[in-house]
Amino acid sequence: MNKIPNRQVICDVLTERANSDPDIVVLCSDSRGSASMGDFVKAHPDQFVETGIAEQNLISIAAGLASCGKKSYVASPASFLSTRSMEQAKVDVAYSNTNVKLIGISGGISYGALGMTHHSATDIATMGSIPNMRVYLPSDRLQTKQLFEALLKDTKPAYIRVGRGTVEDVYEEGKVPFEMDKATTVTEGNDITIIACGEMVKPAQEAAAALKGQNVSCRVLDMYCVKPIDKEAILKAANETKAILTIEEHTSIGGMGAMVSQIVAANCPKKVINIALPDAPVIAGKSNEVFAYYGLTKENLVKTALELMV
Amino acid sequence: MENLKAKSFEIRQDILDIIYTSKAGHIGGDFSVCDILITLYYKQMNISPENIHNNDRDRFILSKGHSVEALYAVLASRGFFPKEDLKTVSQYNSKYIGHPNNKVNGIEMNSGSLGHGLSVCVGMALAGKMNKASYRVYTVMGDGELAEGSVWEGAMAAGHYKLDNLTAVVDRNRLQISGSTEDVMTQDSQDERWKAFGWEVLHAVGNDIDSLNEAFEKAKIIKGKPTMIIADTIKGYGVSFMQNSAPWHHKVPTAEEYKQATEELAKRRNEAL
Repeated sequence: MNKIPNRQVICDVLTERANSDPDIVVLCSDSRGSASMGDFVKAHPDQFVETGIAEQNLISIAAGLASCGKKSYVASPASFLSTRSMEQAKVDVAYSNTNVKLIGISGGISYGALGMTHHSATDIATMGSIPNMRVYLPSDRLQTKQLFEALLKDTKPAYIRVGRGTVEDVYEEGKVPFEMDKATTVTEGNDITIIACGEMVKPAQEAAAALKGQNVSCRVLDMYCVKPIDKEAILKAANETKAILTIEEHTSIGGMGAMVSQIVAANCPKKVINIALPDAPVIAGKSNEVFAYYGLTKENLVKTALELMV
Repeated sequence: MENLKAKSFEIRQDILDIIYTSKAGHIGGDFSVCDILITLYYKQMNISPENIHNNDRDRFILSKGHSVEALYAVLASRGFFPKEDLKTVSQYNSKYIGHPNNKVNGIEMNSGSLGHGLSVCVGMALAGKMNKASYRVYTVMGDGELAEGSVWEGAMAAGHYKLDNLTAVVDRNRLQISGSTEDVMTQDSQDERWKAFGWEVLHAVGNDIDSLNEAFEKAKIIKGKPTMIIADTIKGYGVSFMQNSAPWHHKVPTAEEYKQATEELAKRRNEAL
């Protein structure tokens, strides 16, 4: 049972790397606690900037720092980062092409019962629509580490969403297949494909295992790189399997599933079913309760896959 | 010593030419901010085409990005790019678009959506403090821009972090696109507002290079806090029929108006010599 949330891994990677890189700067908007950045602040107080509860300022300051050679890592709730300060992300980060990594914490419906103000079920759509903004939703802690090590090597803007809770490991320690901007094949399969991102990769992996018992060979792609999306892997799956199921902790409008559908429709028409959150404020509850209500589960994936196989 | 007052009318002519050629632009604000930019680029800032990649160069953000024609004209006059390029401003596929673009030599960041520049400068000034660098950071905002809430987030952080390497200027021409700033959204009491956020506040005659220069010199020696210079300017300064006229916020002159404006600017220039 994994006890380490993805956000803690981000802090660990940045804290370690900042030991030898004085240009790494972490910025928070009264969010150091919820971002698990406490260890970074303690270890590198001079490389930490607190802006108070002011997300617009948070991103613009990060961009100003980056324009002077700093590597800015902004950690603030995904709900606010992707909407309130979207214009700063667009102008000061993406359009000005500054080395700012926007880390949306407590993403999706992590803050279940707190309501729509605190949900970020539209962040793929908003951030992904900005030219020159990349969007990543890592699945487990091991992939999160790989992703941040890769991000530390580049100087381009990116938005990364992670959830609040812990996620069961998808991969095995020491054996994490990872190539930047390429989907990871979690499970090989040739009958049907599930494309998932973020916390939905785990149920997709479990669904593939269950389908195997029913003689369905299910391919699972971890599309952590929602933008730039791995078009090649999508088309390969469309060509080689009967149908594609997508699942994401996001509304179906402008999400990862919509991007997959667009690519498949234009190049290799096959049936694509999007399992996603509704275009409405979601019901209150813990993440798992909300996921179950809307069918973002292993069980619904299995059921839908079997229907598609008929 | 170059006669910068005369120069200011030559640069206004360049701005007029840009706007008359491209049939677009914000001439009123260009003319009000012109002397502030000249003071910064000719007398104050350690920035030149030669040191543009030097980490110790001073930084400038034109937060009121719609006055980009004035910035382009000043940058061209300082040799950041050929003056010939000014003919392409706002033309098809030009990089010299209607708001600052950091693909242009001498421009640090893209701006134009109001209320961003000050916060970006806070980041630049913080980087300077972290690196123990000697550079200074400057921004110019419009007075209409001060209605943006994000300005005050930046103001709060600059005061909190005691950024004495940061100087902001408000181009206080008292007009915005809909009319008087005081009718649209009250902007008087700037002194109290900035002081409350921990800033030093200075005043300058915003179309007088000597007055502006004096304020910038004072700002340099103020320690432990950022400085705001309220520059009282005249929108459309330099051309009689454009001065203090809200429609000239972004009006394009007719052939007749262009001719008259050119004559007036030449006369003002000659008087200054």
